[in-house]
Amino acid sequence: MSVKDGLYYSEDHEWVREEEDCLVIGVTDFAQEELGDIVFVELPEVEEEFEKNDGFGVLESVKAVSDTFIPVSGKILEVNENLIDNPELINDDPYGEGWLIKVDPADDSELDELLSAEEYAEFIEEE
Amino acid sequence: MKKTPLNQIHKDLGAKMTDFGGWEMPVEYTGIIEEHQAVRNQCGLFDVSHMGEILVSGENAAKSLQKIITNDLQKLEPGKIIYTPICKPDGGIIDDLLVYCLQEDQYLMVVNASNIEKDFKWINEHLLSKTKAENLSDKYAMLALQGPESKKILTQLTDIDLNSLDYYRFRQAKAAGIGMIISRTGYTGELGFELYFEPEAAKKIWDRLMEAGSDSGLKACGLGARDTLRLEKAYPLYGNDIDETTNPYQAGLSWTAALDKGDFIGREKLIEIEKNCCQRKLCPFKITGRGMARHGYEVYAESEKIGEVTSGSYSPTLAESIGLAYLKDEYTEPGTEIEIKVRKRMVKAEVLKGPFV
Repeated sequence: MSVKDGLYYSEDHEWVREEEDCLVIGVTDFAQEELGDIVFVELPEVEEEFEKNDGFGVLESVKAVSDTFIPVSGKILEVNENLIDNPELINDDPYGEGWLIKVDPADDSELDELLSAEEYAEFIEEE
Repeated sequence: MKKTPLNQIHKDLGAKMTDFGGWEMPVEYTGIIEEHQAVRNQCGLFDVSHMGEILVSGENAAKSLQKIITNDLQKLEPGKIIYTPICKPDGGIIDDLLVYCLQEDQYLMVVNASNIEKDFKWINEHLLSKTKAENLSDKYAMLALQGPESKKILTQLTDIDLNSLDYYRFRQAKAAGIGMIISRTGYTGELGFELYFEPEAAKKIWDRLMEAGSDSGLKACGLGARDTLRLEKAYPLYGNDIDETTNPYQAGLSWTAALDKGDFIGREKLIEIEKNCCQRKLCPFKITGRGMARHGYEVYAESEKIGEVTSGSYSPTLAESIGLAYLKDEYTEPGTEIEIKVRKRMVKAEVLKGPFV
């Protein structure tokens, strides 16, 4: 199970990557491993706005359904349309091709409330 | 939690474990879809030692069982197996199980893990004289070897000619030097065998089968794949699709109700149910919109609630969302459009004629 350096993490098992003009958000390797084969993804509309910790999407694996919670407040700039037909990308490459959404953050300081890679690795160790 | 004799093997293989009716069982090893495909295309090995075994023996064993089960025991002779529900007087299904005729006065009932105690009590209460029931669930481990390559794999471990073993027949024989029941049965819809033997031999038999199947793509498979495999064949699962509130006619099991075999528990009520039609029926459906149905989701047509989903999952073979739902009689025709309430959304679905695969 891998935790990638340089990303921010939430206790709901989402990761956040800073890019120049947005934040990219996905679920962690730990989360995809727990869920098993993901076969269906429900994502928000572009322009939709969310408050931190709101549910913004749904991942369904063969066995279970799981909500995804947004780790920072903001507006959706883009969703990963590729996942509609290829939800297995989340299993195969959770930190890359399996990203979920791009967000325009409402408050950059919210990033400071998230976990570092090291802290998240400790957190899942305890789970 | 209870553990099967193979518990450590599953953990060593990295299986995800879950509590299934009080048993710690493997859900998946490398992934449900991969394990599912292995069974459809090559072969899979399942530890199903949680299943219960109840031996009914004695002078009136056959007569007792004929009264307890709904199917007709007359069809059985040593070496043959039947599938049957056992019902309450009101027709509700207590359990669904297999009956193996070991000898004319000796029958082995293979029951669902979560129902062992309940079944054992019920059977004991309804035995005739000179007959006894023994709960041998701890005396048997059980493996299911399922898939098109299963015969080739098992042949390497046994002297008996598996080609001569027909569906729903069994033989008491040796495999890997261990005495066992070799049965041409399964819950996947593929060619397959179920093996019953002493728990002490479980590790040896597991290892020998895995070794024999290494060239044939044999994979360890968990309960997750077992569930998607049976759902594609529209086999009902006790506790999900059938229980004491459902009867064989509603569940599509009318062929197991031998109303003309003579008296049995539930017969009067089942005759009535057959005459009056059943108001609701278990129907296969597939989702035509976007989403997945799960156990307990409500089903609608023209804004009216017409039923409830009892099983819902993803079909790896069809790459579609499929399921089983109890629907009001007028909506059970294949082709009927229905809607399933998936959390807050209504998702379109279509009633099908099962099985899916």
